[in-house]
Amino acid sequence: MAAGIVPKFVGSRVKRREDPRLISGNGTYVDDIKLPGMLAAVMLRSPYGHAKINSIDVEAAKKLPGVVAVLTGEDIRGKLPTLITAAPAQNVPYHPALAQDRVRFVGEAVAVAVAIDQYTAQDALDLIEVDYDPLPVITDPEKALEADAPVIHEQFGNNISTRAEVKSGEIDRAMREADRIIKFRLVNQRLAPVPMEPRGAVAQWNPGSEYLTLWSSTQGPHLLRSYLAEVLKLPEHRMRVIAPEVGGGFGCKLNVYAEEVMTAYLAMLLNKPVKWIERRRENLATTTHGRDLITYIEAPVKNDGTILGLKARFICDMGAYLQLLTPMVPGFAGMMMTGCYKVPAMAFEQLMVFTNKMAPDAYRGAGRPEACFIAERTMDMIALELNLDPAEIRRKNFIPKEAFPAQIASGLIYDSGDYEPALDLALKHIDYPKVRAEQAEGRKHGRYIGIGICSYVEICGIGPSPMLPPSMKGGGWESATIRMEPDSKVTVLTGVSPHGQGQETSFAQLVADELGIGIDDVTVVHGDTAIVQYGTGTFGSRGTSVGGAALMMAVQKLQAKMKKIASTMMEVPPDQLTFNNGTIAMASDLTKSIPLQRVVDASYGHKHPIPGIEPGLNEAGFYEPTACTFPFGTHACVVEVDADTGVVKFLRYVAVDDCGRIINPLLVEGQVHGGIAQGIAQALYEEVIYDENGQLLTATLMDYAVPKAEMLPHYELDSTVTPSPINPLGVKGVGEAGTIGSTPCVVSGVLDALKPFGIKNLDMPLKPEKIWRAIQAARKA
Amino acid sequence: MFPASFQYHRAASVKDALGMLQQFGDDAKLLSGGHSLLPMMKLRLAQPTHLVDIAGVAELSGVREEGGKIVIGGATIHDNVASNQIVRNKLGLLAEVASAIGDIQVRNRGTIGGSLAHSDPAADYPAGVLALEGEIKLESSSGSRVVKAQDFFVDLLTTAIKPGEILTGVSFTPHPARTGFAYLKHRQPASGFAIVGIAAMVTLDAKGNCERVRVGVTGLGAKAFRPAAVESALAGKKPDTGAIGTAAAHAADGIDPLSDIHASADFRSELARVYTRRAIQQAIARIKT
Amino acid sequence: MRVTVTINGQRRSDEIEDRLLLVHYLREVAQLTGTHVGCETSLCGACTVLINGKAVKSCTVLAAQAEGVEITTVEGLVKDGHLHPVQEGFWEEHGLQCGFCTPGMLMLTTDLLSRNPDPSEAEIRHALDGNLCRCTGYQHIINAVQYAARKMRETRKSA
Repeated sequence: MAAGIVPKFVGSRVKRREDPRLISGNGTYVDDIKLPGMLAAVMLRSPYGHAKINSIDVEAAKKLPGVVAVLTGEDIRGKLPTLITAAPAQNVPYHPALAQDRVRFVGEAVAVAVAIDQYTAQDALDLIEVDYDPLPVITDPEKALEADAPVIHEQFGNNISTRAEVKSGEIDRAMREADRIIKFRLVNQRLAPVPMEPRGAVAQWNPGSEYLTLWSSTQGPHLLRSYLAEVLKLPEHRMRVIAPEVGGGFGCKLNVYAEEVMTAYLAMLLNKPVKWIERRRENLATTTHGRDLITYIEAPVKNDGTILGLKARFICDMGAYLQLLTPMVPGFAGMMMTGCYKVPAMAFEQLMVFTNKMAPDAYRGAGRPEACFIAERTMDMIALELNLDPAEIRRKNFIPKEAFPAQIASGLIYDSGDYEPALDLALKHIDYPKVRAEQAEGRKHGRYIGIGICSYVEICGIGPSPMLPPSMKGGGWESATIRMEPDSKVTVLTGVSPHGQGQETSFAQLVADELGIGIDDVTVVHGDTAIVQYGTGTFGSRGTSVGGAALMMAVQKLQAKMKKIASTMMEVPPDQLTFNNGTIAMASDLTKSIPLQRVVDASYGHKHPIPGIEPGLNEAGFYEPTACTFPFGTHACVVEVDADTGVVKFLRYVAVDDCGRIINPLLVEGQVHGGIAQGIAQALYEEVIYDENGQLLTATLMDYAVPKAEMLPHYELDSTVTPSPINPLGVKGVGEAGTIGSTPCVVSGVLDALKPFGIKNLDMPLKPEKIWRAIQAARKA
Repeated sequence: MFPASFQYHRAASVKDALGMLQQFGDDAKLLSGGHSLLPMMKLRLAQPTHLVDIAGVAELSGVREEGGKIVIGGATIHDNVASNQIVRNKLGLLAEVASAIGDIQVRNRGTIGGSLAHSDPAADYPAGVLALEGEIKLESSSGSRVVKAQDFFVDLLTTAIKPGEILTGVSFTPHPARTGFAYLKHRQPASGFAIVGIAAMVTLDAKGNCERVRVGVTGLGAKAFRPAAVESALAGKKPDTGAIGTAAAHAADGIDPLSDIHASADFRSELARVYTRRAIQQAIARIKT
Repeated sequence: MRVTVTINGQRRSDEIEDRLLLVHYLREVAQLTGTHVGCETSLCGACTVLINGKAVKSCTVLAAQAEGVEITTVEGLVKDGHLHPVQEGFWEEHGLQCGFCTPGMLMLTTDLLSRNPDPSEAEIRHALDGNLCRCTGYQHIINAVQYAARKMRETRKSA
């Protein structure tokens, strides 16, 4: 865009172009797909956390009218290989799509029934007899490390998947030179992602052309295709994976699941389309969980509050098998755990431990919420220990503005940042001095008000390919194709796979401004490997910073070609031309122009052949970022704790986020709101609970507390804008920021309210009973 | 999500329904709003062979005044109780309890008879019906009988209803003058059911002393109950903060509290005491003198 | 058994299994897939439809129980090619992201606004107790409901 042309769409609150179909019941989610002769597959799942399978009798089930097939682990043994882990781990267990010999967590699939419909398939499951011998169960990762713990995968001799250490800077010296070392234990509890649409897959096999089509509720159709190709031993050009409308993912649909493999396998085996739709109980038990990280922290500090280093020991609960990225997530937590602060030295040890539970994997934030929780709880602990103001302790230790780009102890380089203005703005919004005075006054009358502060920084735009595991298919890059059609309308094919983020709108905004056309002249297509060039997918807040940058590359190629054509037609050098209002015009005099359509005609038509220029207007861009982006901000909240019941009430919630340049403020707000809600949910409400027998106690939404509207505050948002120098758009990413900033903020607020009781730390979720018990104990002491 | 097979029967009248119950015996279940039974059937925790649908039986639905009493048909949905003008004006506590059940969709479908007959230990209605000393009418092919709320809830998911009986209605005495009420609930965050729910109704005499205090507690034990010690501690007393606190301290007396991942027995008991105190205070504050 | 209902103004009659849930009847038999299944426990509200104008969870109603009723699903909100004010509100205020909970939210809002034409933020939050959304954090949904309420009040005033 030429200087002086004001963007029409970028930066505006453009309402979403995805919405008309979604608000009218015209979205097609995977369960909405109906194919002639389609069968329904339903999984029989283990009721035991750990058991030996003696035998499975499927004869009665097979005889039920309407039942087409019943398969167990024995039927796929040797035919389907292990499911895949892309992230490096030392001990990687064999992970069959249907359990063989043993089950290792409640919900593990042991058989599948295929029938004319789901009711009948469910009836068939009731007729399958499985003879189990229960085995000792281990669900506590710390106990799983003990010498006499039951071993989940016997071949490894113990329950350790991976032990890793990272050390940087002079941590030992920092420990020696500190005035004091602040030590504490933190728990990031296990969470369930709970997208409102559970998982699901539909597979269709054409035996004539030996071609597989799979619709799946996935965040990365190309990745899924590549991994399925490996497992099913099919060539990728004979496979089409389609992500139709996807009802939320939050990381849990960035995976390759047993059910996707089985659905495809069954379609090939039976020569019939097969549909598998996850039910919510299955979703809570068998879709990847998130977090589940125990951390022992040691922070060497000076008496003035200066932090000298950070040392941590991570106990990472891996569940029973490793899913696609299970071992990768805790690494992010370690690399980012020094937060927004000058921490010259750091070290962390990771112990990844098998337990009789479902595997955790990426869940909104994937390692950064854990990191931020460590950094921010550390700041609060220092403030508490040294009796310093929690805002000031942060300010004192912030990486200063002048230091950017700033390399931190873990080696990552923060692209750009200016942390103080965000903190100042958040404090101003809650009127910090006034609310502190109210707090002091309230405490005199038995009112327990708390002020929570969290300054976060996170890593987005993943990212340069080396950021991803070497065995990962695809890479950290992203792709786009732009096509100007013969009528000068534009089709964009993006390699990212949005499922609520709104890139059909934000990408159209970018393109419309760049090409000087209307937003309705642009259609953004995604999520179909037969249509879209290879892409990596939507995760890690990378959609716009990486996918958008790829799109800009494609746009620039298209512009260059079109300018070249226009140049010969207008007899003006291409570098003096710009796109404006449906024309290509002279940048210095926009009235000297030709309509875009004439350039398009010249390219596609036969009337105006331009020598030396290929016909057609179709350009692709593959963008490999040079580095990651690091959004940041400060969240602040005011809460009140009812000391009689332990109930937490929100009085204020303020979020100041800096995600770089903003393309659509409406969408950014939506991302932040949703992120905050999930972060608050971790702080106060949600936890996946297994009992010591490995039974899942939060097995339905009657027990797993996804917050309702009444349980969440009114969010007040503000922003600072520090563009990223990394990508041409200056964007940083915003999909996870809210989640990362809000959890420590709320915990900080609640613990601040409990300060008069001498309560220093409580593990999440801060449920009323936990708070009440802590108060009771404090009162007794 | 997929119930096992059964046969569905639509009853045209109470008599019709009773006939079917007799015919199918133990294999049959009554279906009213379906908001207790269908969730169990979807998880295949319940697999009745016959369902007798009484939701459409006109005589079972609605609110009417009869001989100084307010009678609510067994198949009356929660929303119709919560929004009914007679109930709101004369039986405010019941309206308040009804409007605290589940959510709009549940209140549009679930029925008072279904809720009471299911006797879920965390359901809201039982607390209100106990505090209001409702009388539950049960009909069978051999006649009808009335059971006092006090005697109706027997144990976990167990009531005084006998095989072959239908809960056709509940009748209540309207609130007397100088009466205030409140229903306070500590919600289980996921399900919305009561971890503890306290329905309190207080009637003061002309001098401002407690003439009658009625409290219904749900969520705490295996069944909803009235804490006799709370009610009697305030009888005839001036309801000041001290007296209310002392009385409320008995809210969990003699109860074997439930315990689950959402609240331990200790915490439930404490919530019962705190919410009883608050509910009585709020009831009194609402009395129009 | 046979069930006869009116869906979005169209009367239809179908032979069904006694145990068929209304949501499956709508999705599989009537081919109206705008109504979604999000949980198994009558909690998430994604399957909310209107029966005789009242919001209900169609996963907790038997198709058999719907005999003779009028059902409105999300597909029935558009009238004469115009979006319903509730749909407009969700679009204008970015009241949806992944869109899966949206049909249920729209139907619930329709019922809410029929009983309370000018709900406060607190009243809307309370009314949404039976509808979960995992994307929006609800705030834009609240804005959307308020937008629709305003629009409907204005339309009534001018009528």
